Amino acid sequence: MTKEKITGAEALMRSLEHQGVTTLFGYPGGSIMPVFDALFDHSAQLNHILVRHEQAAAHAAEGYARVSGKVGVCLVTSGPGATNTITGIADAMIDSTPIVVIAGQVGTPFLGSDAFQEVDLVGITQPISKWSYQIRRAEDVPMAVAKAFYIAQSGRPGPVVLDFAKNAQVESFEYEPVDVDFIRSYVPVPDTDMTSLEEAAKMINSAKRPFALVGQGVTLGNAQKELLTFLEKADIPCGTTLLGLSDIPTSHRLNKGMLGMHGNLGPNVKTNECDVLIAIGMRFDDRVTGNLATYARQAKIIHLDIDPAEINKNVKVDVAVMGDCKQTLPQLTDMITFAHHEEWIASFREHEQLEYERVIKNEVYPADGPLKMGEVARAVSDAAGDKAVLVTDVGQNQMLSARYFRYNRNRSIITSGGLGTMGFGLPAAIGATFGDSERIICAFMGDGGLQMSIQELGTIMEQKAPVKIILLNNNYLGNVRQWQAMFFNRRYSFTPMMNPDYMKIAEAYGIPSRLVVKREELSQGIEQMLNTDGPFLLEVAVIEEGNVLPMTPPGGTVNEMLLEC
Amino acid sequence: MEKKLYTLIVYSENIAGILNQITAVFTRRQINIESLNVSASSIEGVHKYTITIWAEEDTVIKVVKQIEKKIEVLQAHYFTDDEIFYHEIALYKLATPELENNSYISKVVRRYGASIVEVNPVYSIVKKAGMSDEISSLYDELQALGCVLQFVRSGRVAITKSCVERVNEYLADREMKHLQKNK
Repeated sequence: MTKEKITGAEALMRSLEHQGVTTLFGYPGGSIMPVFDALFDHSAQLNHILVRHEQAAAHAAEGYARVSGKVGVCLVTSGPGATNTITGIADAMIDSTPIVVIAGQVGTPFLGSDAFQEVDLVGITQPISKWSYQIRRAEDVPMAVAKAFYIAQSGRPGPVVLDFAKNAQVESFEYEPVDVDFIRSYVPVPDTDMTSLEEAAKMINSAKRPFALVGQGVTLGNAQKELLTFLEKADIPCGTTLLGLSDIPTSHRLNKGMLGMHGNLGPNVKTNECDVLIAIGMRFDDRVTGNLATYARQAKIIHLDIDPAEINKNVKVDVAVMGDCKQTLPQLTDMITFAHHEEWIASFREHEQLEYERVIKNEVYPADGPLKMGEVARAVSDAAGDKAVLVTDVGQNQMLSARYFRYNRNRSIITSGGLGTMGFGLPAAIGATFGDSERIICAFMGDGGLQMSIQELGTIMEQKAPVKIILLNNNYLGNVRQWQAMFFNRRYSFTPMMNPDYMKIAEAYGIPSRLVVKREELSQGIEQMLNTDGPFLLEVAVIEEGNVLPMTPPGGTVNEMLLEC
Repeated sequence: MEKKLYTLIVYSENIAGILNQITAVFTRRQINIESLNVSASSIEGVHKYTITIWAEEDTVIKVVKQIEKKIEVLQAHYFTDDEIFYHEIALYKLATPELENNSYISKVVRRYGASIVEVNPVYSIVKKAGMSDEISSLYDELQALGCVLQFVRSGRVAITKSCVERVNEYLADREMKHLQKNK
């Protein structure tokens, strides 16, 4: 019996279904039309979400992936459709988010001829993707898709680009599903060296003041339980990176808060006082370390990571434990002894109190004056509870919501950490509503970032995507304004911004909304937002010249944070 | 830390576009590639890249790991000159009348163990294989004699002095682990 012949476009549909894909974010166009035509017959299995701009498709795929742990998929056309996804691909690369971007491409006879809507997508995306591949023949579709998904989600995850030539979409071949779990040139999880584990255990066992740095690697490895068992056994306090915030409950006694430029005082100061520093699935980003010359010089450093290229990249370490922390953490836990570090843990308290008195009290519990951003974030977090997922845009809204949200469940924060992409929040939140429909997706954004992706209100309208948008409006590009105030002599060069009437905009899109100006209305506004089915826009008029504190100025030292500016 | 000349040997699958990915790693860090040679290796379907750069060892280590991270790259290693046998080849196009008028030129060519591979009334071609220094110094001498019309030298090719063939071991290990996993 001869096998059934199908087109490359149809094979893409079947290959995606074979990978368990249920949701796609995309936008049609000339060079991807055969695929969209095939999709028309698969819409029962493959839910395609039509975004309003391709950049949003990539960010939505990221939001989907970050909340669900599955691969986010986006589907766009060649040329401008493809280049519009670049920011999302770069964002996914630096934040290790598994997405697969499938873009149309001109037919192979036209490649290299500057044809209409031709762009060298593989060439453009090679430096910013984990893997980038051009499908030139229909029969390559099953293998390309299988490899793409394997690469995107194995090891240290990342974005994969499939550049799908038009002739390969329409040509026919005999389809057979393909699975890939091995590529000889690619080692997703490096072998763990037992000696490194032994050395690490020895260091931890003799530590008087151990301190752990918890990063997104724990999220990606689904190793939250393993992390807790490890920390609790040796009584090790920890700080988390921005992306690692929800790897350990906020209220846990060993969780000492967020690391980095706008993190908490305790974990930053203690980084330079501990005797053994244990970095778990984090990459010593400059926003975490500040000045490397003064970073944790006194400590022995242990680094657990899945990516060999991260070892000694920024910070020289004494022991590197390679592998997936889902495996290496329990191995290490078995080798360490029970310990108590009451005095060391208690020594964080004075910094917590100082930060509370000088920063937190005024930000979260101000008695009068305009509403503060931190106060809004805490109020939303308290009202929405554990089901909430914090999605942020970038800037002051991001830092303050990340700082004052409370986390009690895995995968509760979605934010653009490495790339710092304004405009990320709204589309990522849309993606997250499809990634986990049980959770309450709270998208914090500023007036700047909302307007960078404001067209996605159309997607929210059409999909009735239940995004709870909390717009912290200060009529400024607040983070840059703060830096201008601190480092550029208060010269507010192009940071004041005239805003539209967001209530009218929401109304035009049929999205229920409310403007809160006074403190007394805040909790009511939040209640109304949470009690409304579907999307809601809560605009909060917040203090115009509010600042994010504490702060390690760029290039500053982690134990010399500013408490005021 | 001191900058030294390092030789990187990289093995990859034979697929279009890998060279681009490898050189991009250097470009990002503003490292100039001194020489580059790409050819088939002794293993079918595997390409070998020999790259020399001036850099500090710290940087070389980071670059090697970032190259190895590319999906289709099998292995990347770096070496100092004492860990490898290496060679370059150079061609010198000389004006035949000069060569005939000045017997000292052919003496120089012979002294360097170079050979004359083409002679016609207009030009002659001298071929020299050897170390970078010898090739440069032959060039300098010929140039001083005013007879060089063109000069070209290849990138470095290098072979490790180690008795262990790491790529073969890597490939065998990968195949074995894959088989074990599927059992």
